[in-house]
Amino acid sequence: MSALTIDKSGPTRKVKYGSMSRDRTWALRWSYFFLTLFAIVALVPPIYMLITSLKSSAEISAATNPWWVYHPTLSNYKELLTSNQYLRFFWNSAMVSVIVVAVTMLISVPAAFALSRMRFWGSATLATGVFLTYLIPDSLLFIPLFKMFALFGDYTGIQLINRWYVLLLIYPTLTVPFATWIMIGYFASIPKELDEAAIIDGASWFQTLTRIFIPVALPGLIAATIFAFTVSWAQFLYPLVFTTSTDQLVLPVGITTTLIKGDVFNWGQIMTGALLGAAPPLLIYAFLMDYYIAGLTAGATKG
Amino acid sequence: MAEVSLRKVVKRYDDVEAVRGIDLDIADHEFVVLVGPSGCGKSTTLRMIAGLEDITDGDITIGGDVVNDVPPKDRDIAMVFQNYALYPHMTVAENMSFGLRLKHYPKAEIKSRVTEAARMLDITDLIDRKPKQLSGGQRQRVAMGRAIVRNPKVFLFDEPLSNLDAKLRVQMRIEIKKVHQKVRTTTVYVTHDQVEAMTLADRVVVMNKGKIEQIGTPNDLYHNPATRFVAGFIGSPAMNFLPCRLEETGGAVKVRVTDRLAFPLPPARAARYQNVPRNENLLLGIRPEHLTEVNGHAAPGIETFETVLDVTEPMGMETLVYFTLEGTYVCGRVDPSAGARDGAPLRLAVDLNNMHLLNEGTGAVL
Amino acid sequence: MVDVALQPTRVVASRSTRKTSSLKNALQRKSTTAFLMTLPLILLIGIFVVYPAFYALHLATLNKAMTKFVGFGNFQFLFKRDTFWMVVEQSCLFAITAVIFKALIGFIVAHFAHNIPSKKQRKWRGMLLVPWVIPPAMSTLAWLWLFDPSYSAFNYTLSAFGIGPISWLGEVGWARFSVILVNVWYGAPFFMIMYLASLKSVPDQLYEAAAIDGANWWQRIWYVTLPMMRNIIAITTLFSLIVTFANFDITRILTAGGPLDHTHLFATWAFKIGIESSDIPLGASVSLFMAPILAIAAVFILRDISKRGNEA
Repeated sequence: MSALTIDKSGPTRKVKYGSMSRDRTWALRWSYFFLTLFAIVALVPPIYMLITSLKSSAEISAATNPWWVYHPTLSNYKELLTSNQYLRFFWNSAMVSVIVVAVTMLISVPAAFALSRMRFWGSATLATGVFLTYLIPDSLLFIPLFKMFALFGDYTGIQLINRWYVLLLIYPTLTVPFATWIMIGYFASIPKELDEAAIIDGASWFQTLTRIFIPVALPGLIAATIFAFTVSWAQFLYPLVFTTSTDQLVLPVGITTTLIKGDVFNWGQIMTGALLGAAPPLLIYAFLMDYYIAGLTAGATKG
Repeated sequence: MAEVSLRKVVKRYDDVEAVRGIDLDIADHEFVVLVGPSGCGKSTTLRMIAGLEDITDGDITIGGDVVNDVPPKDRDIAMVFQNYALYPHMTVAENMSFGLRLKHYPKAEIKSRVTEAARMLDITDLIDRKPKQLSGGQRQRVAMGRAIVRNPKVFLFDEPLSNLDAKLRVQMRIEIKKVHQKVRTTTVYVTHDQVEAMTLADRVVVMNKGKIEQIGTPNDLYHNPATRFVAGFIGSPAMNFLPCRLEETGGAVKVRVTDRLAFPLPPARAARYQNVPRNENLLLGIRPEHLTEVNGHAAPGIETFETVLDVTEPMGMETLVYFTLEGTYVCGRVDPSAGARDGAPLRLAVDLNNMHLLNEGTGAVL
Repeated sequence: MVDVALQPTRVVASRSTRKTSSLKNALQRKSTTAFLMTLPLILLIGIFVVYPAFYALHLATLNKAMTKFVGFGNFQFLFKRDTFWMVVEQSCLFAITAVIFKALIGFIVAHFAHNIPSKKQRKWRGMLLVPWVIPPAMSTLAWLWLFDPSYSAFNYTLSAFGIGPISWLGEVGWARFSVILVNVWYGAPFFMIMYLASLKSVPDQLYEAAAIDGANWWQRIWYVTLPMMRNIIAITTLFSLIVTFANFDITRILTAGGPLDHTHLFATWAFKIGIESSDIPLGASVSLFMAPILAIAAVFILRDISKRGNEA
C-alpha cells in the first residue's frame, strides 16, 4: 500500500469562524423583520377600507387623521345592507358565481378524467392545449363577443346584452381551463392500479369515476371549486361590458358605477361596499386556505 | 371447474413482442407460479389472463370458456397487486366488500364473507381502519382479503411480496400458502424471486424473453433443468458453469475442466452421456451445494481437488467460498468448521452425481 | 395432485377474425365516451374563445358602421394617432416593469417565508396572500381612495415629514407609477406563493452539498435554487406578462386611462373606443395589437412546457 502525501499546509481561503446557531438566529430575525414589513404593506389597503367604512361622511369630509376613526359608526353598513340595490348586486353575484361553479365542475371533471385516464386521438395535445386558452385574454375577446351577442339577439330575439345570465356563458371560459388543469393533476396522481382493482372488482367507467376517483381526488375538487368561485366573483370587465342596467349588475361593477354619483364620492359607503364585496372570497380563503393555495400552486410542483 | 388454459398466446406492442406464443394448462386448484427476470413477459401474461391487457393472438380459457373478449369483471377472477391498490378513502371492510357491493349482494352475505376472510387472514381488529393506518404487511393481507371475499374461479397475484422487507416476505409467503390450503382456489402467481416460486408452487413456469423455458414441479426444475437459463435461474447461489470437455481413453470417460483438473465421469451419469460427443467444448454445471469441504467419506462420484480461495463469505450456517478455475469464477458452500480463509488453499469435494452437461451454443442441458 | 386436464376440443380454432373486430369495437367505445366527456370543454373554448378571436380579425377590417370592408384602414388610422403610440409605450412599460417587480419581490418574500419554521409559515403566508384574494376591483377602489387628490391618506402621512402633496393620479409620471404600484401590490403575492411551493420542492441535500462545497448564501441561490426553479420562474413570468399586458381592471378604476390618455393600456383604450364610443371595428383593431406579443409569449411557453415534458 503506497502512502499518499497530503498537503496540510493550511486552507487556501480565509476561514471565518462563527457560531452556526448565531448565524441562524440572525437570519431568522432578518426574515421576520422583512416579513413584517411586507405583511404591513399587504394589509394596509384592506385595513384602511375597514377604517373608512366605520366613518360617517361628516368625519371623512372633516379631513381628520385618515388612519384613525374618532366616532365609529355602523351607519354605512346599515344603509348598504338595507339598500335593495346593493342587495341586488350581492344576489346577482352570488347567483352567477354559484351557477358558474356548478357548470365549471360539470365540464371540467369529466374532461379531466377523460384526458388523464383514457387515451384517445389528440388527448395529449388537448391536455396541454387547454391551458393555452389563457393566452387569449378577455380584453381581446370582449369586443367580438359583444358584437356576437348583439347579432344573436337581433336574429333570434333572445336578448343577450344587458342580462346577467349571459355571464353564465362566458365566465366558464375563464374558469374551466384551469379547473381542468387542476383536476388532471390530481387524477394523474392516482395510481393506475387503483383503476385496475376497481375494474376487477366489477366497476364500470362511471362507477370508477364516482366511487373511486372523485372521493380520492376530493381535495382537488375543493380547490378547483374555490378557484372557480373566486374568479367568478371578482370579474369586472365582462360584466362591465355585458350588463348596464342597475338591476343586472354584479357586485364589482355595481359598486364602482353606482356608488359614485356624479362628482360626489361617498367614500364611507364605497369602502363599506367594497369590503362587504370582498368578504365572501376572504372568508372562503380564511377557512379553506390550504385548499385555496393548493388550487393555485397546482402547477408549481406537479409540473 | 376452474382450469386456465393458454393456447399460443401472443402479446405485441407496436413492434415489440412481449409474449411470443406460450402454451400453458393450469389444473383446477393448482398453484402455478410464473417466474423469470424483469421483462420476460410474466406480468403481461398475468394481465392478459385478468383482462387488463388485450390478447394480440391466441386464446385464453377460464373454466372452459374462451375469455378473450370478456371484460375483467365478467371473468370471475380476483387480483392482488404489487402495491396493494387499496382504495384510500374506504375502510378495510369497505375495501374488501367493494366488489360485492357493486354486484348488489345482500348485506348479510357481504358481512359474513368479510368476517370470515378477516378471520382467516387475522385482520379482524383492523376492519374499521383506513389503509394509511396500516403497515405494509397488513395492507397486503387486506388486498388478499378483497380477493378471497369474491370467491372467484382464479386468484391472480402480481408480485405481491416485492414491496415488503425480507422478514415480512418470509411471513407472508407462509400466509399465502396457508390460505391456498384452506381455500384451494386455482392460483396464478407472478414473481421474479425464485425462492418464492420454489416454496409456493405446485408447478413452476420459468419464462424468459416472452417464451416459456420450462414447466415443472420445483423439484423437477431443481434436479432436471432443461435449459441453461433454468439451470442458472433456479437455486441460490446460482449454478456454476465451467467450460469442460469429455475425454475418453479406453472406455473410461473423464470430464476435463482445466489442464490439471479432470474428473472421472461417475457411473450414475455414464449412461446418460453415452452419446455425447467427446472432445467437444461443453459446459459443466455444478451447484455450489455440491462443492463442499472434504468429509472423509469416499463415494462413487465424489472427487476431491485443491484450490486457492479468493474470497470467503461466512453466513453463519455455512461459508460461501469463491475461487477461480482458469478464468471462471466458481462458488462453493462449505461448513464453517472447514477453516476456509481468504487467500488460503482448501481441499474441496465435488459431487459429480449431480453434475449437468450443457451445450453452450444451444443452451440445452444434455 | 397434479392432474393436467386438457380440453382441446372446447377451444374453438379460428376465432381470430371475430376477435379483432370486436376488439376494435371495444376500443372505439372507450374512445367515443372519452371524446364525449371532453366535448363540452371543446365546444366552450371553440365558441367563446377561438371563434371570437378570429371574428375580431374580421371586425377589425370593417368601417365604423360595419357596412363595408376597409382592409387595413383601421390599422393605418391607428398608426397615425399619437395616442396609439402612447398606448403601445405605456402597455410595454407597464407590463415589463410590473412583472419584473412582481417576480423579484415574490422571489425575495418567498425566500424569507421559506426561512422561518414551517409551522409559523402558514400564518405569514395567509397574511401575505391577502392582496391577491381580494377581488382587484374592490382593492383598487381602496387604492383610489388612498390616492384621492384631496383626502389621500398617503399625502396626510407624508405631510408629517414635510413632503408635500403628491398628485398620485393627476400627474403623468406619478399616475404611471401608481398603476404599476397597485398591480405589483396585487400580483406579487401570487408569485410568492408559487415560488414558495417550488422552493419547498428543492431537496435540502442539494443545499447541504453546496454548503460543504463552500458556497455562500448568494452562490447557493445562483447555483442551486435558481436552476431548480427555472421552469416555474419561466412559466409564471410568461403568464404574468400576458395577464399584465392585457390588464383592464386596475387602470380602468384608478385612472380610466388618464391623465390625458397617458396610462391607457390596450384593454382600457379598446374599451373606450369600442364600447363607450361605439366604434367596434376600431376597438377590435386596438385589442388585436396585443396578439403579436401574446403569440411570442405563447411560443416561449409552448417550448418551455414541452422541454419540461422531455426533462421529466
